[in-house]
Amino acid sequence: MTGIKHHLNDALLMAYSAGTLPEAFSLVVATHISMCDDCRAALAAHDAVGGALLEDTAEVELAPEALDKCLAAIQALPPKGPIKLPKSMTNGSAPRSSVFPSPLAEYVKGDVEDVNWRSVGLGVRQAILPTSKEASVRLLYIPAGAEVPDHGHHGTELTLVLQGAFRDEFDRFGPGDIEVADPNVEHTPVAEAGEACICLAATDAPLKFRSILPKIAQPFLRI
Amino acid sequence: MALAHKTTMERPLDMEWVSVMLAIRDRQDTAAFARLFRHFAPRIKAFLIKSGASDTLAEDCAQDVMTTVWQKAHMFDPSRASVATWIFTIARNRRIDMLRKERRPEPEELPWGPEPEPDQADVLMLQQESEKLQAALIQLPEKQRILVERCYFGDMSHSEIATQTGLPLGTIKSRLRLALDKLRHELKQ
Ligand SMILES: [Zn+2]
Ligand SMILES: [Zn+2]
Repeated sequence: MTGIKHHLNDALLMAYSAGTLPEAFSLVVATHISMCDDCRAALAAHDAVGGALLEDTAEVELAPEALDKCLAAIQALPPKGPIKLPKSMTNGSAPRSSVFPSPLAEYVKGDVEDVNWRSVGLGVRQAILPTSKEASVRLLYIPAGAEVPDHGHHGTELTLVLQGAFRDEFDRFGPGDIEVADPNVEHTPVAEAGEACICLAATDAPLKFRSILPKIAQPFLRI
Repeated sequence: MALAHKTTMERPLDMEWVSVMLAIRDRQDTAAFARLFRHFAPRIKAFLIKSGASDTLAEDCAQDVMTTVWQKAHMFDPSRASVATWIFTIARNRRIDMLRKERRPEPEELPWGPEPEPDQADVLMLQQESEKLQAALIQLPEKQRILVERCYFGDMSHSEIATQTGLPLGTIKSRLRLALDKLRHELKQ
C-alpha cells in the first residue's frame, strides 16, 4: 500500500522481531506490516540482527545422541506432498476485496461484515478480539465526523487505520497509518467526513478518559 | 589483506550455508542437514537457555527447531534472509510457543513472484549484507552489544530490562538507538 505516512518505530519493530511484544500489540504490528512494504523491509533488517546474534552466540553442547535422534525424527516424517499455494492463487478467481489483511482476518474469522460489533454509544462501535491478557486489542468503528472521547494513556496505545481516516491534535491518519501514543499523549481522535473510520487499537493499560461519563462507563465497556 | 577481504566479499561464508540449505531443500540431503545441525543446534540451545529455558527443555526444543528447519526447507528464500536469520525466526517462534504459550500473529505472506528461483545477484547481495551486519555487531561497544542481545535473547520487554538492570528506561532506549544507528552506519559503508 502506498501513501502511508505514519510507521512503526524501531522499538516496536525490535520487540516484535525479538518476540517480546504482548499478543495484542503483535497483531497490530503484523497487520501494519501486511499493508506496508517499508516496515516489512525494516522488520527483515531487525530479524537479521537476531540472526547475527545467533551466529555469534557461545555454543551450548547438546547430548551426544541429539543429532541421531533428530535424524531419526526427520526420517520418520511423512513424505512431503506438493507445496501448497495460497488459496487466492489456486482457485483462479480474483480474491474478494477485503479490508482486513490476513493476520487480522484470522482473529475476526472473516472480514468487516463478519465483525461482532457492540455499540459503545454515540454511534461508535467496538469489537474486542481474543488475545492474551497482558494487553488488549479492539476494532473500532467510528462514524464519519464522530469523535472518540478526549483521553490520555496510562500505557502505550497503538492505533492502526484500516478504512477511512481520523485526525487528532497531532496529524491526519489514513489507511495503513499507525499512531503510537505513550503516557504523555492526550488526544481526541475525530473521524473524517465521508467514510466511517475503522481502526485496530491495542493498549497495555486502560485509557484515561477526562470527562465524567466515560470514566463511569469505562469499567462497563472494558475500554 | 585487501585481496583476502575481496575474496570473502565475493563468496561470503553465509553463501556456504545457503548451499547447505539448498541441498536440504532440493535433495533432502541428510549429510548437509547434519552439518547444519552441528553448527546451529548448539547456538539455538544457548539462545533458549538465555531466554530462561532449563537445559532439558532447551535441548528438546533445539532438536524440535532443527526438525522444523528440515520440514520448512521449501520456504527458505536466500534473497530474503541468511540461513542464521531464518533459523533465528523459527527458534524465536518456538520460544514464544514454549515460554509464553501465546500466538504470534505473522504478517501476510507476499504473493509469490512469477520466478520460483530468486536472482543470484539478489541472493549474493543479501548474504553479503548479512555478513557485514554480523561484523558490525561484533564491533559494537560492549554495553550496547550486551543490551541488544538481552532484547533479543532475554524474553524481556525494555521496561523489564530496566527493572532487572536498574538502568533508567531512557538510558536503555538511547543505548539501543545508538546501537541501531551504528549498525545502519556500518551497512552503508
Ligand atoms: Zn510502515
Ligand atoms: Zn488514544
